[in-house]
Amino acid sequence: MPHRPPTKEELEARKIVGINEETVTNVNSTDFPHHYAGEDHAWDLEAFRREFRVEFHQNDPYEASFSLIGCHASIANAFRRIMIADIPTLAIETVFINNNTSVIQDEVLAHRLGLIPFKGGKEGLHKFLKWWKKPADESQINNSYYDFNTVSLRLEVKCEENPDAAPGETDPTKLYKHAHVYARDIEFCPVGRQHKYFSGENAIRPVNPDILIAKLRPGQEISLSMHMHKGVGSDHAKFSPVATASYRLLPVIDIIEPILGKDAEKFQKCFPKGVIGLERVTKEEASRKGSGYEGHEGELKAVVVDPMRDTVSRECLRHPEFKGKVKLGRRRDHFIFLVESTGQWESDAIFLEAVAHLKKRAKDIEKQVMNMVR
Amino acid sequence: MAPAPLDDGFEALLEPFYNGKKLTDPISTKEDKYQLLPAFLKVKGLVKQHIDSYNFFVEHEIKDIVRANRSIRSDQEKDFWLEFTDIRVLTPTRNDYSDFKARDEVTPMECRLRDMTYAAPVVVDIVYSRDRKRIVRKDIPLCRIPVMLKSSKCVLSKATNAQMEIMNECPLDPGGYFIINGTEKVILIQEQLSKNRVIVEADEKTGGVQASVTSSTHERKSKTYVILKKDRIVLNHNVLVEPIPIVIVLKALGGLSDYQILELVAGGDALYQDDFLVNFDEATRAGVFTQQQALEYIGLRVKMGGSKKGRSPNAPRRSPVEEGLDALTNLIIAHITIEDLDFYPKAIYIAMMVRRVLMAAHNPKLIDDRDFVGNKRFELAGQLLSLLFEDQFKMFIASLKGNMEYFFKKPNRTSAYDPVGPISSQGQYITQGLNRAIQSGNWTVRRFNMNRAGVTHVLSRLSYISALGMMTRISSQFEKTRKVSGPRALHPSQWGMLCTSDTPEGEACGLVKNLALMTHITTNADEEPVKDCIFDLVPGVEPIRVFTGSEMHRPGSYIIHLNGTPFALTRHPKQFAARFRTLRRRGHISPFVSIHTNEHFSAIHIATDEGRICRPYIIVKDGKSRLKPEHLRLLQLGKASFDDFLRLGVVEYLDVNEENDALIAMNEDEITRATTHMEIEPFTILGAVAGLIPFPHHNQSPRNTYQCAMGKQAIGAIAYNQFNRIDTLLYTLVYPQRPMVITKTIQLIHYDKLPAGQNATVVVMSYSGYDIEDALVLNKASCDRGFGRCQVFRKYTAELQQYANGRKDRLGGPQKDEEGRTIAKHACLDRDGLAIVGYQIRSGETMIMKETPVDVTSTGIGGDRGSDAYVPAPVNYRINDPAYIDKVMVSNTEKNTAIIKVQTRQTRRPELGDKFSSRHGQKGVVGIIVNQEDMPFSDSGIVPDIIMNPHGFPSRMTVGKLFECLTGKAAVVAGRPDYGFGDAFRSHPVEEMGRVLIEHGFSWEGKDYFTSGITGNPHEAYLFNGPIYYQRLKHMVQDKMHSRSRGPRAILTRQPTEGRSRDGGLRLGEMERDCLIAYGASQLLLERLMISSDATQVDVCEACGLFGYKGFCQTCQSTANVTQMTMPYAAKLLVQELISMNVGVRMQLEDKFPHPR
Repeated sequence: MPHRPPTKEELEARKIVGINEETVTNVNSTDFPHHYAGEDHAWDLEAFRREFRVEFHQNDPYEASFSLIGCHASIANAFRRIMIADIPTLAIETVFINNNTSVIQDEVLAHRLGLIPFKGGKEGLHKFLKWWKKPADESQINNSYYDFNTVSLRLEVKCEENPDAAPGETDPTKLYKHAHVYARDIEFCPVGRQHKYFSGENAIRPVNPDILIAKLRPGQEISLSMHMHKGVGSDHAKFSPVATASYRLLPVIDIIEPILGKDAEKFQKCFPKGVIGLERVTKEEASRKGSGYEGHEGELKAVVVDPMRDTVSRECLRHPEFKGKVKLGRRRDHFIFLVESTGQWESDAIFLEAVAHLKKRAKDIEKQVMNMVR
Repeated sequence: MAPAPLDDGFEALLEPFYNGKKLTDPISTKEDKYQLLPAFLKVKGLVKQHIDSYNFFVEHEIKDIVRANRSIRSDQEKDFWLEFTDIRVLTPTRNDYSDFKARDEVTPMECRLRDMTYAAPVVVDIVYSRDRKRIVRKDIPLCRIPVMLKSSKCVLSKATNAQMEIMNECPLDPGGYFIINGTEKVILIQEQLSKNRVIVEADEKTGGVQASVTSSTHERKSKTYVILKKDRIVLNHNVLVEPIPIVIVLKALGGLSDYQILELVAGGDALYQDDFLVNFDEATRAGVFTQQQALEYIGLRVKMGGSKKGRSPNAPRRSPVEEGLDALTNLIIAHITIEDLDFYPKAIYIAMMVRRVLMAAHNPKLIDDRDFVGNKRFELAGQLLSLLFEDQFKMFIASLKGNMEYFFKKPNRTSAYDPVGPISSQGQYITQGLNRAIQSGNWTVRRFNMNRAGVTHVLSRLSYISALGMMTRISSQFEKTRKVSGPRALHPSQWGMLCTSDTPEGEACGLVKNLALMTHITTNADEEPVKDCIFDLVPGVEPIRVFTGSEMHRPGSYIIHLNGTPFALTRHPKQFAARFRTLRRRGHISPFVSIHTNEHFSAIHIATDEGRICRPYIIVKDGKSRLKPEHLRLLQLGKASFDDFLRLGVVEYLDVNEENDALIAMNEDEITRATTHMEIEPFTILGAVAGLIPFPHHNQSPRNTYQCAMGKQAIGAIAYNQFNRIDTLLYTLVYPQRPMVITKTIQLIHYDKLPAGQNATVVVMSYSGYDIEDALVLNKASCDRGFGRCQVFRKYTAELQQYANGRKDRLGGPQKDEEGRTIAKHACLDRDGLAIVGYQIRSGETMIMKETPVDVTSTGIGGDRGSDAYVPAPVNYRINDPAYIDKVMVSNTEKNTAIIKVQTRQTRRPELGDKFSSRHGQKGVVGIIVNQEDMPFSDSGIVPDIIMNPHGFPSRMTVGKLFECLTGKAAVVAGRPDYGFGDAFRSHPVEEMGRVLIEHGFSWEGKDYFTSGITGNPHEAYLFNGPIYYQRLKHMVQDKMHSRSRGPRAILTRQPTEGRSRDGGLRLGEMERDCLIAYGASQLLLERLMISSDATQVDVCEACGLFGYKGFCQTCQSTANVTQMTMPYAAKLLVQELISMNVGVRMQLEDKFPHPR
């Protein structure tokens, strides 16, 4: 059979993941060699360079949203996975409890402390601090802590009666001093070069000072010191720099046949606000033969305004009146990322770090492969 | 000043703003009638039946018992008499109270911690004679009786939350149990067939019909039968040697003529007359014509011995007539008392039984249903205790009398008899008897020949729900082994009274039941006021005594039975019942007295007895509900209580029998002219435990039953005081959560305050293959963040005893090695010999360094001195996984010996194989824990905590779980907790939930687009997801994991020990052995059964076939033929044991594979 090169529409259709009422179709990309007879689809750097784009939609310190357009799902997913599990952060790893007479047990207290996100000087955090490795010989553990791999913290809180409390007061926070222990009560104890990297504005401190750690009553006391180390999210979720990092594909809404009047309003309600707009059918449209608008001049018609806002709830597929009039899909190579930082990294920096990480890994594997073939 | 309102936890439900409703909102009786339920629980409560019954015992019953046995007279000293005038139960005190201690009131918590019994002293007032003078002594301590928590005698009754906190008690604790020697004991509700009621049953084998009645009086319990067999009717009783023809019995009962007897039994009905006439022949044949002859006939057939006991041995032997008279008066149908030798009531009663038998013989429909709940009575703690106390008190009186006689027997007495000392010293046996019974659960009442085991149980404190579930549990007297379906089946009359779902699986299925939410069990109401009003209600009600049989059985005449006994006669039954009910609704008669008409037997039954099961209903009159919006308004304002409504005639209690007279509408729409009552709330047919399930009416029914069993195993918060208690084993969840979807029951029983589970984000999909057979996939990051994290606390106790020779156990310090360092085993010990709080403790390390004296027998007098040495008797930590020392408690017991309790703590995160379950009977173990990045994620970044395999749904049909997920999701995305309700039998707006989901950009049916975390591609199907409440169950791998290569062996057989706790081997059982034999794996068989087990080398003499020793045969006195062989030690043992029994065993050896020569 003679090969016919795909039309532009066909190529475009291959990029769309089909969103049907009960199924998702066409989920795998097919633009790789030997999939279509007579078509090459070999990966081409030039083409990638030409096609690939990054668009930022939102870039706040703790939340960033951006689109990766024109890359493969495996690459986008790799970034997502690296952001969750492989970017190192500093977190409390060891808790030395001197005294804990609160109701919270030592292990639970330690667990709660570990989950508190911290921030500090970027240079110190990302460049100066290195990994801490637990020495093989357990007895040498105290010789393994240095200023470049361990950050020391302290928490000393004692609850006492508040002599100034009004008589008849029932609120424990007013009745007692230090009835609540918050993350802000954690004290940073810099040593060595840490003074240089983590002083003033750059001091290591909790991202959110209002995290409640424990509640105390008069006579109860928490006295402990902590060691922070660098770690990665695959070890423990507390090391993950993101609250979540995920992506979605850009929704595509195709109105195949005109949706008019009351139906159009209903159609609009099937989508989140701002996705579907209502426009009047113009004279020109109404006069065009075969457009479906004949004789509907001045009526409202549904038009797609901003598909990116769609949450793909597929509500429009449920109603019989829209049957065959609309086709939903998602662009396979348009990834809308949402990165929520826990605060130690800027949210955009996490992504950049993830790119760097992937690059480094690729380099590593290149070296290994070279060694192998040599 | 008005007393502060009790903070009992029901405030929220009665608050004006409850459920988004404001005070000004219109009240619809249709929607809001359920508000009566919290009002009911406020006055009655879930364990109120236990507490009410106990209160009734300590306040009234105990006084009645003493009154019935109040006087003692001496046989020796005729002038002496002693009388108990009053008995009182005081508030609980310390037993080891002394003048040195400032306070003697005791809290339950102290009893739990110090292993004491929470008991109150009982004092009596006595009057006795001394030198012909009347001496009055008051407040003489008699004994101590265990106090039920939250009963009227308990310090917790009427305590506010603040006071509870000071006493270290949980305000949500239901109470209703006892504390005996530090353990919490519950007396389960006992179900039995009702007493003093006639039950007609058919004998399936012979086709005969019999009526039986269990007569229960304070003195004795006995059963009388009236049996119809081959057209003849006989009466039988335990005390009779053989059944006695019924006519003879009726003749013996007060000189009735044959005609009178016939009338009494059959009335004017020719059918019954014909049937009964043959029985007169029996009497004629026996030659019985007069009362005298009848009595003699009976007297000759009364078993000797039984009635002999109580009589003094030298009393003259009685004539048969006297024997017969005695048997008829006191033994047969003993609950009908004979006054002034008037046997007519008893004759009426027996005639009624005969009539019932005759009627049932003609119409099998009139045979009673033994499983009908109206024929059941429920015995509660108070009744059981009163049985026991009465027995103990009678024994006390006997021993006091013995003591007295012993005193008066002395020929020359130095002083007058003072009973105060003996009362207190003999009274301790009552204390011991009560304590022992509750402690062991063996209820022994001698006068009833009652010997029941397993009446009490240790209160399960696994979770709040398990404790609560135990308080509502009912155990049946039926044998568990019998294969009967009747008593196990769900009987229609259980509707609303007993939970339809909460019953165990397996052998006790259907026999152990649970109370429904609104059930009340009656206590005894006085008969007298009821008796008085019966004659005044309707004109023409006359006592039954004045009627002849024909008048009684005339059509249209109704016999009014009072507690099963014919009492009066009326011709206006409907009017009578209506007036009686009106009187009850007005509060002139106790609300728990029930009345119902039985058209079949033309009878009206009034019941005032205890143990009937009943529940409240809204009264409907003339097609209109008596519950008006203003009533609910008063309720919301807190100006009316449930009891007020009872008095106002808005609601009333109906017992199971009276329910049969009522037409009950489920809701206002169903009311017709004929309707008499309306349900308060349909979901109250479920109990407290089944009430946890959201949407139970959408589940397959066994699933709800499974959840009822599993809800009790869920780990969570058990009580507010959980960290102050030291329980043998305590499981707690680190971060328990209130369920996203709750029910009103959950609020009512405060499960939302002491929850046991967490709201997990669940995605229903197949993932990785590690999720087959209900296994779950868990998110590792969720576990890192604290999902399913639980703690296990264990108690270790040591008591420092004192020995008879004055030596005591002591605590030693940690041992040191040569270099002065503490040995590793004692790393946790402080200098006082106790583990240090906060230290990690590993297997084999010592927690309590107890030392016992070597010499505990020598007296120390003269030369009798033993060694002064002490040997260590440490309490060691034996579990493989380390724990932390949580608490160390040192105190002393009531016996004044020191008691040390050490509590250890483990914190566990979920691991492979740990068991989880949702609230729909869907349990599963963790199959794999997956990294967060490998989990599927939704558009909004949702990553599941749990992935559940969809194959769990089709066969289980737990639609409720889907509803829970959807409802929970809607409630979460909308931030509306009021959406999250899943009450049973309430239509639920699932469409509404779908709409909410759409509004927030989700799919209407809860199925969303997910992306695979592994490939990054979308999943080809939409995945159902949302929050589902998951319970972590107590079965954890860490407690069960076991393996062994080498290890300990049993001494006798030298085979490996059994069980994980003894580091035992895993048994290759018979069936496994069969497989190996069938397969022919002989070497494997040999290895498993002998070499790896108990192989032993023995010397066998081939000449004599006996065992030799060291190559020498003792029998043959030679080494010539002795060879060595390997055999199982158990076989060797068997041979030797047989020899020791003079059974000769000879072994003949031959080579299976002879050496080729």
